[in-house]
Amino acid sequence: MSHSEHKDYAGAKLGMWLFLFTEIILFGGLFILYAVYLHRYPREFSSGGHELNVIYGATNTMVLLTSSLMVAMAVTAIQGGRKLLTLRLLVGTILCAAIFMGIKYVEWSAKIHHGIYPGSAKLAAGPPGESIFFGLYYLSTGLHGLHVLIGGSVLAWIGVKVRRGVVTGDDFVLLENGALYWHLVDLIWIFIFPLYYLML
Amino acid sequence: MNPSDNLHPASGSFWNDTGKSGISSWIFSTDHKRIGLLYFWSVLSFFLVAVVLGLLLRIELMAPGRTIMGPETYNALFTVHGAVMVFLFIIPGFPGAFGNLVMPIQIGARDVSFPRLNLFSWWLYMIGAAVIIIALFTGGGPPDTGWTFYVPFSARTGTNVSVAVFGVFIVGFSSIVTGVNFVTTIHRLRAPGMSWDRLPLFVWSLYATAWVQILATPILGITLVLIIAERVLGVGLFDPMKGGDPVMYQHLFWIYSHPAVYIMILPAMGVISEIIPVFSRKPVFGYKMIAFSSIAIAAAGSLVWGHHMFTSGISDRAILIFSFLTFVVAIPSAIKVFNWVSTLYRGSISLEAPMLYALSFILLFSIGGLTGLILGAAATDIHVHDTHFVVGHFHYVIFGGSGFALFGAMHYWLPKFYGRKYAEKPALIAWALLFVGFNITYFSMMVLGMKGMPRRYYDYLPEFAPLNLVSTMGSWILAVGLVLMLVNLIRGLRSGEPVGNNPWGGATLEWTIPSPPPTENFSEEPVVTHGPYDFSKAGKP
Repeated sequence: MSHSEHKDYAGAKLGMWLFLFTEIILFGGLFILYAVYLHRYPREFSSGGHELNVIYGATNTMVLLTSSLMVAMAVTAIQGGRKLLTLRLLVGTILCAAIFMGIKYVEWSAKIHHGIYPGSAKLAAGPPGESIFFGLYYLSTGLHGLHVLIGGSVLAWIGVKVRRGVVTGDDFVLLENGALYWHLVDLIWIFIFPLYYLML
Repeated sequence: MNPSDNLHPASGSFWNDTGKSGISSWIFSTDHKRIGLLYFWSVLSFFLVAVVLGLLLRIELMAPGRTIMGPETYNALFTVHGAVMVFLFIIPGFPGAFGNLVMPIQIGARDVSFPRLNLFSWWLYMIGAAVIIIALFTGGGPPDTGWTFYVPFSARTGTNVSVAVFGVFIVGFSSIVTGVNFVTTIHRLRAPGMSWDRLPLFVWSLYATAWVQILATPILGITLVLIIAERVLGVGLFDPMKGGDPVMYQHLFWIYSHPAVYIMILPAMGVISEIIPVFSRKPVFGYKMIAFSSIAIAAAGSLVWGHHMFTSGISDRAILIFSFLTFVVAIPSAIKVFNWVSTLYRGSISLEAPMLYALSFILLFSIGGLTGLILGAAATDIHVHDTHFVVGHFHYVIFGGSGFALFGAMHYWLPKFYGRKYAEKPALIAWALLFVGFNITYFSMMVLGMKGMPRRYYDYLPEFAPLNLVSTMGSWILAVGLVLMLVNLIRGLRSGEPVGNNPWGGATLEWTIPSPPPTENFSEEPVVTHGPYDFSKAGKP
């Protein structure tokens, strides 16, 4: 058997896709709870949804969609061997991640300032369905925010590898997998946004 | 044999052909065989710890009232016994240890698809285990919730549940990483000629298991995160005072934890499907159906979690559906049993140690499986729910099934990786002690459960005393058998009789290469020309 390490691109991508399934199922647990409790407390979920700021949510959706576009362009750029463009697009993606987290911070701070956070006295005094709604809101957006941080860090790490010439036009599966992960982060937000901000 | 012989004598094997030795050549190795052995010895160590806890539990239950420990200690012990056995022993046991050791060789590969990720999964496992151990000795002390961490108790108890649950989360991540690696490996790295219908049945079973690891474990992950959220933030998703529903916790927990039972038993069935044809000198009967039934069990087994919740207040309609689906799982399980028995029929059976474990697997697993139907039928489950009948039942499946299969795998495959073999006679005596001790211990529990003795109770009525005493004595026979088996096995691996390439006359690829194998496994990529149980061509790829 040959000793040379030949890279199995299809295998690397298959592994990444399998891992992405596990991430979707992780969030799936929260979506199951959302479905069950929406069925039980439709009115409280509706009033809770109206308290969320659609402007913040919609802006963040645009920011993430833009970042996803940029990371996809980065993959195309590296395939054409355009290293500088790839790096710029990656920096743009990470900037979007930072903007997203900044808006999220403002949004959470405002809510917490109004006494709406898990275990708060205000929620305890209100109807039970409302505290469930906001509990799920904080867990879902919190877990998603954690994934934004992880995804941003992964892309930064890959950016360093691009800069050092480890990830190149001939060997870019790492960037492709990083981009896939970033699309997942985007995808989950695409479900969270309408469920919490728009539908009700 | 000279007892001073080195642990790894064969030159040119993965023990020494890289020229590296010492601890760092192991704990940072990306060789699937070294990682497999790392997993094996770590998993075995945790098994022995949990065995000791189990023996202590049996001593406590030997007589009514206090025997050797107080009720709080008892609660902590059965929790830690269960959690360690499930999360640190039997779930990682097959894929991590024997999957890593054998699977890449059986498909004719040099290693798994992602060797570094493979090492990472072992590290995650050890870090998770370390966190769990830290949880036992810090904070409010070891968890006392039972391994199921049911709310509302797990959200309120003062014991160190959050840290322990975080440790289990990390171990779960390790299991996912192994699953992803194995599915990719089996798809991508099969040698030329290794078509899906020539895949050894152990590989088929690992393939089905890996899918369960991928698709079910994330649900455990989020459930454990939610327990921590309940405890730390007081979110109230499972707290009726805040509008939550504790039954939702049970749903989420069992959506993972029932399929997890198949992570424990499917690869065990794969081991049995390897051992039975080799020791019957006969091609396996119904190859395609055994392979297919692994997938069927994994699929159907993912839809039956509700049978753990018949007394939780779920609707009668839900009970009916879950009960029906539970009975459906019995079909592919029975297909396997009938196929193994048909393989034995008119075979040239040789009763060596691996075969004895395989044969006892068929008996014990059948008892465990059939008593499972008593629990799967709602009408009978209501009566025996949360009794010692359940404890007896799942020990028949998981210990009598998976445990005995693991012991069989140890006798069957470890000589391949050490190049030396245990002594046959003590192995037979150890098996007999294990078999007798096992049945005394756990059959008594099933009878006790039928009579109405609850599980997880510290004290019991005097009429349960005689059978509890019998069960405890059985556990001592079991323990003696276990010690004898391990001593004989380890002594054999250190200084036993050297074995050749193919000590059992198997026809799968691992028997075509030297024992122990070289780091590269195959000197040149094998081209597979026959099926895994075509014994006329044994020893050739």
